[in-house]
Amino acid sequence: MDEMRKERIDRGVRVRASGLYAISSWREMLYLMGPPLFLIIGIIVLPIILELAPYWKRVINIMCVYALLALSFDFLANFVGLVCLGGAFFVGVGGYLSAIFNVYLHFPVYLSIPLATVCGAFLCTFLLMPCLPLRGVYFAIVTLMYPLLATRVIEALDIFGGTNGITGLDSLPNEYVEHYAIILVTLFFLYGMRRFVNQDVGLVIRGIKDNDQAVRASGISVTRMKAFAVFVAAFMGCFGGAYISHMYMWAGLSLFALDFSIIPIASVVIGGGGTLLGAVIGSFILVPLSEVLRNFGTFRIVIYCAILTGFIVFKSEGIMVYVMRKYHQFERWVKV
Amino acid sequence: MEIIIYGVINSVILSLMALGFTLVYSIARVPNFAHGALYITTGYIAWLLMNKFVSFPYPLAIVISIGITALIGALIYRFILIRIRGMEISEIIATYAIGLAILEGLRWGGLRGGTFTLPPFIAGSMEIFGVSIDYQRLIIVAVGIIIFASLYLFTHFNRVGLALRGIAQDERAAMMLGIDSDMTAIVSLAIGSGLAGFAAILLLPLGNIIVEQGYAVLIFAIAVCVIGGLGSWGGTILASFIIGFAQILTERFLSTHYMMVVALLAIIITLLIKPSGIFGKQKELEERV
Repeated sequence: MDEMRKERIDRGVRVRASGLYAISSWREMLYLMGPPLFLIIGIIVLPIILELAPYWKRVINIMCVYALLALSFDFLANFVGLVCLGGAFFVGVGGYLSAIFNVYLHFPVYLSIPLATVCGAFLCTFLLMPCLPLRGVYFAIVTLMYPLLATRVIEALDIFGGTNGITGLDSLPNEYVEHYAIILVTLFFLYGMRRFVNQDVGLVIRGIKDNDQAVRASGISVTRMKAFAVFVAAFMGCFGGAYISHMYMWAGLSLFALDFSIIPIASVVIGGGGTLLGAVIGSFILVPLSEVLRNFGTFRIVIYCAILTGFIVFKSEGIMVYVMRKYHQFERWVKV
Repeated sequence: MEIIIYGVINSVILSLMALGFTLVYSIARVPNFAHGALYITTGYIAWLLMNKFVSFPYPLAIVISIGITALIGALIYRFILIRIRGMEISEIIATYAIGLAILEGLRWGGLRGGTFTLPPFIAGSMEIFGVSIDYQRLIIVAVGIIIFASLYLFTHFNRVGLALRGIAQDERAAMMLGIDSDMTAIVSLAIGSGLAGFAAILLLPLGNIIVEQGYAVLIFAIAVCVIGGLGSWGGTILASFIIGFAQILTERFLSTHYMMVVALLAIIITLLIKPSGIFGKQKELEERV
């Protein structure tokens, strides 16, 4: 009996497109530029297409916020090696700060969102500082606790409007500003992060995940680099939070809700960890799904968790890696 | 006097909550974020057995529900965790997802409000040094001490228990001596889940079975383990006394809302001063960067 094995070979067009020959014909150029352009243009024209279905236009914004959160989780987990179980904390801090700036201090929207983003990122980094000099599960533990605790503290002290939250935030000037602000920021961070992780700083940060002793031996402070990475991740999360509080014109305890923690994790796992693009694609799949399942209430979280566990156990590479492989390579059976 | 007595009781409660978590972490090296979910599940199963279907007698319901929870723990390891063993990120995410799925599934399935309660073993209360304590709390302290003692005996004078400790101390050497690493991990998850269930049966009669309690238990368990040093048993007991008394004091002089804040503050202070916990000497070098 002949034994067969599967062989993977790069497609011809990929080999040609990897060198200078990439500009030899339209086909090669399309091969390289097609998918990213499809994504970028698709996202940008989406609000215009969805004029037909006004309800779903709101979903685009939420989708992009989750994409930002997923990017921040993916960056922390797969490039720095810190598992953040509480993305909701970033969202909550950003949202509440933005509400404070806007409602209590009367800053206009275009000032309160950036200020809340920067201050929130500093605050989150400062609060997470104690667990950064350690390996292991401490970061996961502390991030798990913070959102739950923030809820308790706000309830107990009855600050920031207590359980009612802060109402009366200014909305963004008009609908299109609202859409394109978040879409452009998401695209900026997606491609920005992809470059960032290949810069010198990014390489050091990735070194921390793989071998922190080597980084330390090079005379670089591991804790400081981790703090920097957390700052970047918190920056994205806080922007999402600040934006969402202005979109709903309300900042309340539900900004610390579980959804903001679990959906980004699920998106990263199904999209493919460590690809950054996968995180965005994952949230573009999961968030509309969550809108469809809105009637199920908390049962949605059960569904996410089931998908999450299924993917992590049976298909841990995720959609993105799988699709990339099919795009770049073909498979055939050969005799051993 | 009241503070001392209730402090001791609270400390025993905390250490009961944490025992399963620290056992699983020290042996299987898996941070079991589904701990709180298993705790609530046991209470719910016991309630179902007694009230929903054939009304089982209380002791039988207890035994069955703890057995089911231990089985769930073993199955989680056998079918899910075994495939992602050693990948820390995946382990955390998977156990967290399982825990969330169970808790939110129960909430969706109708576990809300104050209708779900377990009866105390013996109703009534008595006075000790002028402080009235109900029998349930006394039973908790007594049974807690019995559990600690029997766990100590189990891990020091029993073949299986010794194998568990062997794996915890040096996995490779233990495997060379013919101890099956996966089997011990399954056993440890079963025992850990069973302990979570046991704690639930003991503690839930003090209040309602609510989903939020699941999160709270997980957080308290983790707080105790981090402060005592992850994976250290003596540390766990000492840490639960520290947090237990700190909580009773805050409850007395501030308000009940801050009980969880105390747990978190204790974690952060520990991480700042002595990151590997009070008794975490063995693993100190591994955990610090």
